[in-house]
Amino acid sequence: MRHVLSVLVEDEPGVLSRVSALFSGRGFNITSLNVAPTLEAQVSHMTITTRGDEQIIEQIIKQLRKLVTVIKVVDITAVTAVERELVLLKVQAGDENRAEILRIVDIFRCKVVDVSVDELSIEVTGTGEKLDALIKLMEKFGVKELVRSGVCALKRSIQADKV
Amino acid sequence: MQLMGAEILFECLGQEKVDVIFGYPGGAVIDIYHALPQYPIEHILVRHEQAAVHAADGYARATGKVGVSLVTSGPGATNTVTGIATAYMDSIPLVVITGQVPMPLIGNDAFQEVDIIGITRSCTKHNYLVRDINDLASTLQKAFYLARTGRPGPVLVDIPKDILAAKTQYKPITTPVKMRSYNPTYTPHPGQIRRAFKELSKAKRPLFYVGGGVITSNATEELSWLIDNCHIPVTATLMGLGAYPTHKPLWLGMLGMHGTFAANTAVSTADVIVAVGARFDDRVTGKISAFAPQAKIIHVDIDPTSIQKNVTVSIPVVADCKEALQAIKKEAENNKDICWEEKQNEWLQDTVSWKKEHPFKYIDDEKIIKPQYVLEELQKLIPEDTIIATEVGQNQMWAAQFLQFFHPRHFLTSGGLGTMGYGLPAAMGAQKAFPNRLVVNVAGDGSIQMNIQELGTLMAYKLPVKILILNNGVLGMVRQWQELFYKKNYSQTNIAESQPDFVKLAEAYGAGGYRITEKSALRETLQKALDDPRAAIIDVQICPHENVYPMVPPGKALTEMLLI
Repeated sequence: MRHVLSVLVEDEPGVLSRVSALFSGRGFNITSLNVAPTLEAQVSHMTITTRGDEQIIEQIIKQLRKLVTVIKVVDITAVTAVERELVLLKVQAGDENRAEILRIVDIFRCKVVDVSVDELSIEVTGTGEKLDALIKLMEKFGVKELVRSGVCALKRSIQADKV
Repeated sequence: MQLMGAEILFECLGQEKVDVIFGYPGGAVIDIYHALPQYPIEHILVRHEQAAVHAADGYARATGKVGVSLVTSGPGATNTVTGIATAYMDSIPLVVITGQVPMPLIGNDAFQEVDIIGITRSCTKHNYLVRDINDLASTLQKAFYLARTGRPGPVLVDIPKDILAAKTQYKPITTPVKMRSYNPTYTPHPGQIRRAFKELSKAKRPLFYVGGGVITSNATEELSWLIDNCHIPVTATLMGLGAYPTHKPLWLGMLGMHGTFAANTAVSTADVIVAVGARFDDRVTGKISAFAPQAKIIHVDIDPTSIQKNVTVSIPVVADCKEALQAIKKEAENNKDICWEEKQNEWLQDTVSWKKEHPFKYIDDEKIIKPQYVLEELQKLIPEDTIIATEVGQNQMWAAQFLQFFHPRHFLTSGGLGTMGYGLPAAMGAQKAFPNRLVVNVAGDGSIQMNIQELGTLMAYKLPVKILILNNGVLGMVRQWQELFYKKNYSQTNIAESQPDFVKLAEAYGAGGYRITEKSALRETLQKALDDPRAAIIDVQICPHENVYPMVPPGKALTEMLLI
């Protein structure tokens, strides 16, 4: 099963390598990984998407906690959370397709961030499923380039089971 | 006080009460060696950096203190990797200090530059590159703290040459280390202890399965109390030998691939197993799906990752072994009405009869010297406080099977990594710590050649380690597997032809050299060698195709062991 882990780490040289080496060394899998600074100086936040059965996820979480530079690990999948991902893509947009592409942009609440004679660059955020759906539609016109941020997630303030 | 980086290093070592370091100089650490004579720290100059780490490891295992080694950058640093990985697998507290090229040269492929932080990331508990001389003291303090606390392990500190040579204002750190991302759990959860005790108090067939963690946390007294007062039989891993005296009636012997029939049968029939400071290694469990099929498992370990890693555990207890055993002991003291012996009576009789039926045994020979016989004879000649080190392979298993272990920290062996070449330098480190005790390294003719250069160090520092080579002219354990599972295809396991004359070799170093070829001369020569005030090699020509039994074939269940 897919799990999203929210990991707080000390922002020091080599910390990303410690985390990624843990995954490769123990045969765990990383679907996506995303690192950014937090409001607190010297602390970074990682969102790691991974796959595995319960026992493997338990091991991954414990092994992460064992790293001296890891401050906190939360399995976001176990709580109610908001998940978002960002995609930037460049799509072939000649005269014949431009109107249709812009309609899709509208429907998916994307933003056009760059335009040229025969290309459109689009920015979109959402869940992985929404992005997959959009990409599939755009493939029809020809996706020339695509970058995907990996998942960012935030625990909801009110947890469903506590309402 | 203005001090150089190299001087700050020694100030810090002094604060950590380090009295001996094992090392080897080189370009990047010349400043450290330049400062060394001013300080009251003894330096043991080894002959190879790998041995510096194994020696510090042997010192740490024998004393319980943090072992320290010091090497230069590049090849000096890479030579430590095997030693570090050995200590990491067996949770031995070490601080390894490596020199590094000057900061401005890092990343330039400078002479003797290697990214030792990257290389050792996965085999150290943690490692540090010191980038600022003002961080040096606090980094070293953290390194020692990490090495000795929680589940101990090796910590590497890489110090660039320009930082060693720079000067800064130094004031000793007097506050204890605080790290928000590192807080080991020492005290067990009281609810888990109650649950564990309840299971034990109901158990008909309880068993203690203990590992190196019991020795690391100095919990042998508590363990003995529980075993003796609750009449629970005990088995141990290779790393746990010495946690409970091996001559006592409730001792079942080591378990696992080369364990006793009694221990392996007990594990396979127990209804409650208390695993303490052990990690269910594959050499212990055999086929994992068939391991302890009837048992509820209570697992005490300070490292949460060890729990539920290989087997499903009913009651996990994350805690220091000593504190956990103390808490269980308290429960037992508060429940004096339990008739342990009575409720476990049948089980106790079973285990005793298994022990009697199948002790470790071998077929002796009138003429040919069997290795097991050598060890039995050795046992008769050595005092109780003898420290035994081993190499790896058949020699290690025979030592584990046929020697007696009365106390913790008296048996030094590379359990997890299985490092050939470990024994001699480890014995050297232990002898340095205990100059007046007998230290014997049980070796094979293969393993001993992996760090034999350390004979030079033994002689230089008058460390009278006795090296008992069980010489069969083959890489015996691999040969045994070839014989049993690889159609007797003895590929590359015969080393008899080019074998050196070990007696002459010892003599070349100025050490004692003894050869035993006749069984009749064994005891006398052995005694003579043990009485030699120098380091000595005892080359015993043993039966070349003797195997280690019992044996659980790889991938088989513990109940499918091959007996002799």
